[in-house]
Parts: sequence; structure tokens; C-alpha cells
Amino acid sequence: MAISRRNFLKCAALTAGGAVLAESPFVRAGAKAVIKKDIRYVPSFCEMCFWRCGLIAKVEGDRLVKLDGNPLHPQSRGRLCAKGQSGMGLLYDKDRLKTPLIRTGKRGDGKYRKASWNEAYSYIAEKLTAIRKKYGPESVALFAHGSGGAYMGNFMEAWGSPNHSHPSYAQCLGAREVAFTLTFGQGPASTAERYDMANSRVMALFGSHLGENMHNSHIQDFVDGLGNGTKLIVIDPRYSTAATKSSMWLPIKPGTDIALILAWINIVIKENWYDHDYIAKYAIGFKELKEAVKNYTPEWAAKKTDLPKHQIVEAIRELGRYKPNVLVHPGRHYSWYGDDTQRGRGLAILNALLGTWGRKGGIWLPPKVNLAKLKKKIKYPKPKRDSLAYGDYPFSSAGITTEVRQATISGKPYPIKAWFVIGTNLMKTMPAPEITKKAIDNLDLVVNIDLMPTDMVMMSDVILPAASYLERHDDLAVVTQKNAGIAIRQPVVKPWKDVKPAWLIANELCAKMGLGKYIEYKTLEEHMREKAKLWNIDYDKLSRVGYIPIPDSYHPYITEKNQPKFDTDSKKIELYSSALDDEDMDPVPRYTHHREPPAGSFRLIYGRSPVQTFSRSINNKWLWELKNDNAVWLNADIARQMGIKNGDKISLINEKGGKSNVGRVKVTERIRKDCVYLIHGFGSTSKRMTMAYGRGIDDTQMMTHYATDPICGTNGLRVNFVKLLKES
Amino acid sequence: MKHYAMVIDQSRCVGCMACIAACVQENQVPFENFRTRVLEITKGKFPELRTEFRPELCNHCDNAPCVMACPTGASYKREDGIVMIDRDKCVGCKACIAACPYDARYINEEYGFADKCTFCLHRLKKDLEPACVATCIGKSRIFGDLSDRDSEVSRLLAENESRVRLKAAGTKPRVFYIKRYPTKK
Repeated sequence: MAISRRNFLKCAALTAGGAVLAESPFVRAGAKAVIKKDIRYVPSFCEMCFWRCGLIAKVEGDRLVKLDGNPLHPQSRGRLCAKGQSGMGLLYDKDRLKTPLIRTGKRGDGKYRKASWNEAYSYIAEKLTAIRKKYGPESVALFAHGSGGAYMGNFMEAWGSPNHSHPSYAQCLGAREVAFTLTFGQGPASTAERYDMANSRVMALFGSHLGENMHNSHIQDFVDGLGNGTKLIVIDPRYSTAATKSSMWLPIKPGTDIALILAWINIVIKENWYDHDYIAKYAIGFKELKEAVKNYTPEWAAKKTDLPKHQIVEAIRELGRYKPNVLVHPGRHYSWYGDDTQRGRGLAILNALLGTWGRKGGIWLPPKVNLAKLKKKIKYPKPKRDSLAYGDYPFSSAGITTEVRQATISGKPYPIKAWFVIGTNLMKTMPAPEITKKAIDNLDLVVNIDLMPTDMVMMSDVILPAASYLERHDDLAVVTQKNAGIAIRQPVVKPWKDVKPAWLIANELCAKMGLGKYIEYKTLEEHMREKAKLWNIDYDKLSRVGYIPIPDSYHPYITEKNQPKFDTDSKKIELYSSALDDEDMDPVPRYTHHREPPAGSFRLIYGRSPVQTFSRSINNKWLWELKNDNAVWLNADIARQMGIKNGDKISLINEKGGKSNVGRVKVTERIRKDCVYLIHGFGSTSKRMTMAYGRGIDDTQMMTHYATDPICGTNGLRVNFVKLLKES
Repeated sequence: MKHYAMVIDQSRCVGCMACIAACVQENQVPFENFRTRVLEITKGKFPELRTEFRPELCNHCDNAPCVMACPTGASYKREDGIVMIDRDKCVGCKACIAACPYDARYINEEYGFADKCTFCLHRLKKDLEPACVATCIGKSRIFGDLSDRDSEVSRLLAENESRVRLKAAGTKPRVFYIKRYPTKK
């Protein structure tokens, strides 16, 4: 029987006995009889998204019944978002992978047979051995997202391949980390992001749709800021949730952000809004910066950005007036136009000029954590060939998924013949899915380690079903909010069916491949206990409370004694980047014009729903009931001209003529005329995802191409145009 | 005697639906039924726009049409102000659903009784806030006792202009709305 909550309650009522049933036909009475026995509360942390909030699970018998935020944990502060609350929808999803599966038909046609773990490992071992013999161990690549990635990374190290890649880098925030590292010697991220929004006097958001992108404590800080009177400036072609909270909305022409940023830098310098002492003390390259931006006038920017000049000037003056307790929010999803590192540099420079780094209301300094490292008991072999995942970019700082994909097709610099994929639905992650398919055609082995039969999982030769975050340990997490602390993930219920935690899968793969000497621990918990001991943390207490703070770690703001360290070449904030100059890249950002949609076409802009995490959660019934469609936002005037009404059926056509699913249109004043918007992650092509299959429009399918950032190799994804077709 | 009420600061609501998910799980609300929802209403013409986020739930009216319409006495008003349904008395006739101007009720199709928000009475008894309030990411929902003049709800109503839904219906709701739009500073 499928285990739905309703069925469970029915069972509960029945098992509670005839007396209860006779007393009342209603579910409550029955449920109550069960509730009285064996209730446990288990702390852990969430992975419905990657914010990793502390949670407390209420477990009745062996069944999870409720998830709440852990008040001790600074990422949740006692609250959980809709996704976090709906974890049981993932845990008990009847479509979840239950046993290992081995492909019996052609790739992609969905035919599999059940297999034992040993059979599955043997299948993998045979293929891997053949690949190693013919091509070398480096011809195996990993795509990873989430906690499980680290363990599979260990397996890759043991196996001898350096080709790890992460969609969170090239398809998301890579360019930001590179840009801020070039400027401040460090990115703005921690386990949270280090923005002091609750204390900000004025804050500017560039396309950062806070509220729609639900990261728990981030949104708590954002709204606390609004409550404390933060003046909010939102730059976005769309009247996003954040824009609805703003004092100033700048509906910028998509792709022209750098023009606005450069004009702002120019105004800050010309009108003397910058923090003189701060720049003198901490930064270099001011003169060169001043010279480089002098021609970017507000008039020029107004033309480029399609914004009124007075708005451009007013907004930056407001930031200048309240400096340094202001924030130009660096954003998170960065892969927009292929010049994203330069956009990030521009935002970093603005923050530097306004003196926000290390200031109240700006970007706080990381907490001071001095945790000893466990002695490495093992030494991995050194691969003979360099990683090809970094591509030929001077500042790529993590494996680039699309580089691995390209090498898989071209065989250059050397062939890639096997993909291990854990926790990422590549068909919905990498742009141009038809290229992904082409790459997969070249592979001798595709293994997916996942929870749900996603589009990508259904391209596998072998599917290994993973335990969810509610059924497994993961390594101790060092949480770095303004205060640091240690959090624990531990099983709140036993793993269902025949699934295994990723750490165990990685260890067992090692053993199968004769790499047993690289297995670091028998059980992950033993490793966690060892770490806790080294760090002087009471493990048993940690497993009872979920989070233990590290004392004296709070040092968020610059003081005489608490000076910031900039890990750049010059050990200063680099307004002018000599590192970029050395590579013949623009040392100060420059405006580049991006192509614009021809008449009848719209730029495709995509974003997030607060109740979905990409395509990961779309089959979760408790989230499905909150959001099961991604209507395409279309400007109301354009809709009138096209004879389209709100709720009409439409489809999108991409630049290669590819047609999307039929979906709905949301006719709205909340978007510019030159773009359409939809929520990312919908349009599952996997028939085994019974709630999500075929629902909504797949934005990734509409992305026929991408613009590569020459500095760090990340993918610009907002460079695609679509046509809108009315369906009957 | 307590006088329960909820104040909703709309300027702090980001429409994230954590409240709905919390309510669904806490109260085991049947699939595709809801005891609370969040509306997003935009007015104006590009680019001069404003959007209101409006969480809605049972208003626990002091002058409750559902209670008056109920033929069996299943719907009743408690002294602390909470409107409840006695499931043993409810025959599922839907008179209350027709009477409620706020679309706050549904029929539990499996067991046949009418159901709705209870301000999480079972949690109040344990000194816990309603589930939607406890998890509200923006702290937009504030719950408390109006008979206590120092409570946050009393303070917020004293300091802010407040509205109720469909005031003209004369239902005297106990869910109050403040700061419909963010202040444009």
C-alpha cells in the first residue's frame, strides 16, 4: 500500500482498536490513541535545499510526523520554510527509488530491472575496470551537489580521477566567488551569506529575488531589516517579491546591469560619496579606477539601462548618504550573461568604496574558528593527468560541468567515458540538454546516486538509491553565521526499503574496486565522534541538542583590534585588479553590449519559487499542492497586443525551434515588455515522477546556448530568447 | 479570560507559504485542502505598482455567521474567542461553508465533517503559538491575548491603523491586518 499520511491515519485508527472507532468515527480520536506512545524528538539539519537549517523531527514509533525549526540553530532560529516543513513528502514519496536498478532497454527509455547492491556494484566494477584499462582512471567524471558529493569525491580520489564538477559553480554562484576573491581575497559566503541585512540602512539588490529564493535565516534577516527601516532599492526587470518591498524599483533592461554599476561607481567617486579613510587604509588602485570609469555618466547609463537618469542618481546617493552601514547585495545565482565575474567585480568595488566590508549593516567578517584538522590516515594517489574540468580559464576555481560535458563529446584533451552523478538533475541543470544527451551517448557508464527518478536518473545505466537527509549521518557541519557552531545530521528514522547513505555507497564502491586501503572509516558516526573529541565537543550532547556554539567566535565588525585580512596579491582590496591585468583581462569592469531579442521574441528569465528547490522537490506532494505549475509571466500590454489572456494555454519556442510543454500564461504588469519569466525546475520528463511528470514548462529546454565567462568559465544562461505560441 | 487574536503585519510577509505548510502538517489537513492561504494582489500600471501580500485564515469572528448558521450546534464560540467545531455534532451539511464570507472552511471528505483553523488550540494548551505563527519566516503573523494590554498584539493594534476583512459584513473578526504596503520612505 502506498503510504500516504491519510492512509497512515486510517491504519492508526484501525490499530487503535474497535473501542476508539465506536466512540467516534473521526480520525482525530484514532490518531490520538497512537500519539500517546513512543514519541521521540530528534535534532538534525535539513537538506530540502542547501541552506541546511537546524530541525527537530517528531517521530512516532518509527515514523516521522512533523518537522520544526531548531531554535538553537542560527540558520533556522526555530523556524522552517515550506520545503523544510514538507520533508516527509520526500521521505515517504511513493515514487522514491527503492532498490538499485540496472538498465535493460536503451538509455532514456525507462526500462530497468531490480538488482541487488552487489549486482549493481559488479556491473559498475566491470565497466570501470574496462575504462581504466583502455583510457585510464581519469576518464571517469563526477557531477555532485549536496552533502553526498564529498563522499563520492573521496571515491574519485581513491580511484585516481581529478574530474569533479559542481553545477553550483558554473550554473550558479561561481562567478561571484571569483569576483569577490579577486577584489577582497575572499568570497562573501559562509554557511550563510555574510550580509548584515537586519542592520542595513540602505540596501540595493541586483536581480536577487529574496523571498522567492527561500533561504531561511537570510530571509529572516532581510525582513528584520525591512522592519527596522532598511531602505530597499531593487534593480530587476521584474517586480519581484523583493521589489514589492522596495522604496525604489529600477526596472532595468536585462543585460545592462554593468552599465548601471559603472555609472554608480563614477558617481560615488565624482560626488565624493566614498569612504575616504577606509579606501586609503585598505584599498589599492583607486586612481586607476577613477580614470577607468570617468566616462560612464548617468546620462550614458540611462540610455543603456532604459532607466530614468534621476532614479539612477537618487538611488546611489541614498547608498552614499548612509555609508558604510549599507549593502550592495552581491546576489547568489550569478550565471547570467557571460561577463558575470566583471559584474561581480563591479558590485565588489561598490561595496569597497562604500566601506561595507566588515561594517555594521554591510558584509560581516567571518567568525573566528580554530578547529584542528583530523590527521589524514590515508594518502590518495596522484592522478597522472590534470583535471579537464577547470577548462582553459585563468581563474576557474571549481570543476565546470559543461567542460566535462564538452570533453565527453570531443574526447579532448582526453576521453571521458563514465559519469557518476550524485544529487543533481543534469538534464535540468546544464543548459542545452540536447548537448547533454549527445555527451551521454558517448559514455560507457552512467551511474546516478539519487533519491528520486529524475530526468537525469532515467538516463543511467545503474541507479543507486540513496538515503535521504532524514535517514543518514553526514559529517559534522561547521556553521558559520556571525557566531560559529557545530551541527549534527543524524538519522531521525531508519532508511526505507533498500536504500543506503552516500558515504556507505562510496566506501562499498572503494571496496569493490579493490581500493579498500582508501576507506577512512567503517561507519561515518565513528569518524564524527573522533572529530567531536578533537574539537572538544560533547558528541552525545550534540546529538541531543543538534547544535553547539563555538565560544568567542563572534567578530563581525572592524574594530581597532579586529582588523580585516585581504588575501589578494597585494593584501589589500584591489579596486584595480592586477591579477586580471596580468591575464589580459579588464582590470576594471567594462560595459559590453549583449544581443537583444528581435521583434516577437522575449528574453527568457527564470527564477525560484519559495516552495521548490529547482527540480529536486517537484514531486513532493506537500509542495506540489502549494505550487505545481510555472505560469509564464508576460507583460500585460504585450499580452493585449497578442490577444492573450491571463491563464491562457501557451507554449514557448526556443531559438532552434524546439517547443516546450504546453503551459499557462500569467498576464501581469510586474514585468518589462522585452522578457518573459518562469520558475525553474518544472516540466519533468520522467514518467516515474507521477506528480511532476509533464507539468509546467522546462526553462532549461528553452536554453539552446550559453555565454561562457572568459575569466572563470561559468555559464551565462540569460542569453536565450523565446517566442510565445498561443495554444488552444 | 483570554481574548485571542492574530495581527498580520503585511509589510513583513514575503508570500513564502511556510505558514501553509506548517498548518497542513501540524493539523494533518487533507491533501489539497487548506486552512490558511496567502494572496498576492498587485495594483497599478508598470512601473508604478504596489503589491499586497495577504495571509488569510478563519477570522474567529465575535459575530460568527458560521456559528449562527450551524443547525446542530457543532460550530460554537469559546469564551476565549476561538470558533470551534464539535466533530461529533457536525453532520457535514455545509451551511457554515455557505455562511462564511471568508471561505475559511472545507469539508473533510473522508470523514464528512466541516473543518477549519482552530488557532492551533491544541498547541495553545501547551503554551505554544499556532504553527503558522511559530514558523513564519518574516514574523509577519503575531498571535496573542487582547485582554492583556501589554501583549504584542495589543501594542501593535494600539500603534498601528488596522483593518479587518469585509468590515461591512459585521462579523467582528479577530484577525487584524496592519501595514498593508511597505512604507515608502
